[in-house]
Amino acid sequence: MQATKEVTKEASDYVAAFHEQAESQRGKMPAWVEDLRGRAIEHFEMVGFPTTDVEDYKYTNVAPIARGNFQPASEAQAKNLIDGQTLERFVYPEAKRSRLAFVNGIFSSELSAIENLPDRVVVTELREALGGEYADLVRGYLARGAETSGDDAFTSLNTAFLSSGAFLLFRRNVSVEQPIHLLFLSTSSGAEKPIAAFPRVLVLAETGSEATVIEEHTAINDGDVYFSSPVVEIYVDDEARLTHYKVQRESSGAFHVAQTRAEVGRGSRYDSTTVTLGAALARHNINMQLRAEGSESWIDGLYIVDTGQHADTHSLINHRAAHCVSHQAYKGILDGKSRGVFNGRIFVHPGAQQTDAYQSNKNLILSNEARVDTKPQLEIFADDVKCSHGATVGQLNEEELFYLTSRGLQPELARNLLTYGFAEAIVQKIKVESIKRQLDEAILNRLHARLEA
Amino acid sequence: MLEIKNLHASIDGNEILRGISLTVNAGEVHAIMGPNGSGKSTLSKVLAGHPAYEVTEGEILFEGKDLLELDPDERAREGIFLAFQYPVEVPGVSNAQFLRLAYNEKMKHTGGEELDPLEFKDYLSERAKIVEMDASFMSRSVNEGFSGGEKKRNEILQMAVLQPKLAMLDETDSGLDIDALRIVSGGVNKLRSEDKGIILVTHYQRILNYIIPDFVHVLYKGRIARSGGKELALELEEKGYDWLKDAARETALAGAR
Ligand SMILES: Nc1ncnc2c1ncn2[C@@H]1O[C@H](COP(=O)(O)OP(=O)(O)OP(=O)(O)O)[C@@H](O)[C@H]1O
Ligand SMILES: [Mg+2]
Repeated sequence: MQATKEVTKEASDYVAAFHEQAESQRGKMPAWVEDLRGRAIEHFEMVGFPTTDVEDYKYTNVAPIARGNFQPASEAQAKNLIDGQTLERFVYPEAKRSRLAFVNGIFSSELSAIENLPDRVVVTELREALGGEYADLVRGYLARGAETSGDDAFTSLNTAFLSSGAFLLFRRNVSVEQPIHLLFLSTSSGAEKPIAAFPRVLVLAETGSEATVIEEHTAINDGDVYFSSPVVEIYVDDEARLTHYKVQRESSGAFHVAQTRAEVGRGSRYDSTTVTLGAALARHNINMQLRAEGSESWIDGLYIVDTGQHADTHSLINHRAAHCVSHQAYKGILDGKSRGVFNGRIFVHPGAQQTDAYQSNKNLILSNEARVDTKPQLEIFADDVKCSHGATVGQLNEEELFYLTSRGLQPELARNLLTYGFAEAIVQKIKVESIKRQLDEAILNRLHARLEA
Repeated sequence: MLEIKNLHASIDGNEILRGISLTVNAGEVHAIMGPNGSGKSTLSKVLAGHPAYEVTEGEILFEGKDLLELDPDERAREGIFLAFQYPVEVPGVSNAQFLRLAYNEKMKHTGGEELDPLEFKDYLSERAKIVEMDASFMSRSVNEGFSGGEKKRNEILQMAVLQPKLAMLDETDSGLDIDALRIVSGGVNKLRSEDKGIILVTHYQRILNYIIPDFVHVLYKGRIARSGGKELALELEEKGYDWLKDAARETALAGAR
């Protein structure tokens, strides 16, 4: 029996909010969901928010979140915060009719548009799926990751406040052309206290299916303070292919703590690219389970931060079966007084022979005040494997800058071009033009557009 | 077009150029030779404006303007070009993208017409013929993974695209195979004209058979030890640089007396 930790004041605020919400919502959710949520809040109550004494949170202090007095969003609160015109700014033309939109983690049918998707593709609100036709399926998968890898405080918190989210189901052999855009908009405007949003996403890609999912987290107003803490659970079945983009461009005042869990099956392909641009404090936990032979996964990312931003990626890739490939390339560009953290673990379990695992983390520091802590780790319990990892932290090279300026490029353009070149390997694998454009506009000084047009 | 007067330059407090005077008129080709470490690349980099070098004395006029007042990019847009002895790799940026950016920056400055990617592609493939460079190099990242010789050829391609008034070629011939040397030299000759000047740094007489210089200068310990016509290169090829050391010793002795 584990010793029960004393519940801190910060944690108890959430526990109180939970009980208040549970009271008002009693009977609205299926019993098994209420059970799940109840167990989650108990777990959260037991573990509490992690402190910097915990190895995994050594460089990332979540005390501001714990003390932030955030109020879990409610349906009533999230209503009518944004109109159709404001929404236009956030619409991806590629996913004009395949979008689920959420405000503060709560589904908004007015802002969503789902039309003309192939049969046997289900794109719906999670809340609905908990009760209807897919209830058994959802029940079989939701929060299953907790059993295999344990839960941290934030995942438990999300489960405890689970009330809305997305359920995506790609049936056997179906292939969807248009990307599914999950648009998570957050704002504390009009709320008494800063808002906490806990959206949940469950993606099931059945055998032989093929789809692209864009998970985007953004703010209605920049500078807004709120806490957004999504949990995304992904199951890619045998021979299925899933492309997953996570675009995090939260408000500069926001806190973002996200979990991505993906379990991939035999001969499947999972290709993820995470773009981290926003939030004052961002933490992304990635947990990959390669559970059957012959799968290939790409877990790539680009984080670009400036003064006042802290971006932390913690990833754990479990090779549990033989003949699997995992390829992870993470790049960071840090300017001003910013901080980056990358902690990547590859765990090759006994029997996972012929594993091919590659991991790299490269950082470009553009100021003397930026700082990066990077730690790639390999733990290998099989003898016939090909694993490599590496990390670099560097600055723009003076000789390269001189070379470019000696061809007539202004120094600033030369710096931008080198920065662009640094990021290019990740940028070029993004196949959704709108994401590329966002990156370009936000960060790369429109260099991509300039180079292409 | 270029007047260098009593140029002294140092790096990290070490004086490398110790009083160089050199005039290059439009239409002329000047070859600069001299032993390793004599300051040839330093001179080229100082002309291009490398920030690591400090000019402690003397002046450089380019078309009557004080070159030392200009930043490297301004010099380039004014028409100065350096083909690097060791070209730098720029990952993630294609040759074509980079060259178009540089070309358009220059056009903006000179009031010429900027080109869009398609127009530039045509222009680039036409210029690439000058150095017989394959189109596949245009979509590759600048110099990344290029062989030594390919990098040198790429430098001359850049020169062909930017059409500078004054080009300094720092050992462009080193690393080129025999055929490449002929092709690249031929390219440089095509870019030669009445209104352009070339400073060609080399260790070998061979390239001067293709690009025939009007003047040859020998740099030694940061000074021009001797100047002459193209026959000086032949003489150096035969005699090496030992005589320079003797001459320098004599000058020193003369100074002591
Ligand atoms: N940072 C530095 N501090 C001190 N000396 C330096 C520094 N950088 C270069 N030098 C010296 O300056 C001298 C001139 O170098 P430079 O590269 O101009 O020679 P070079 O004539 O081009 O030689 P090569 O024929 O080998 O290319 C060399 O002796 C070199 O070691
Ligand atoms: Mg040299």
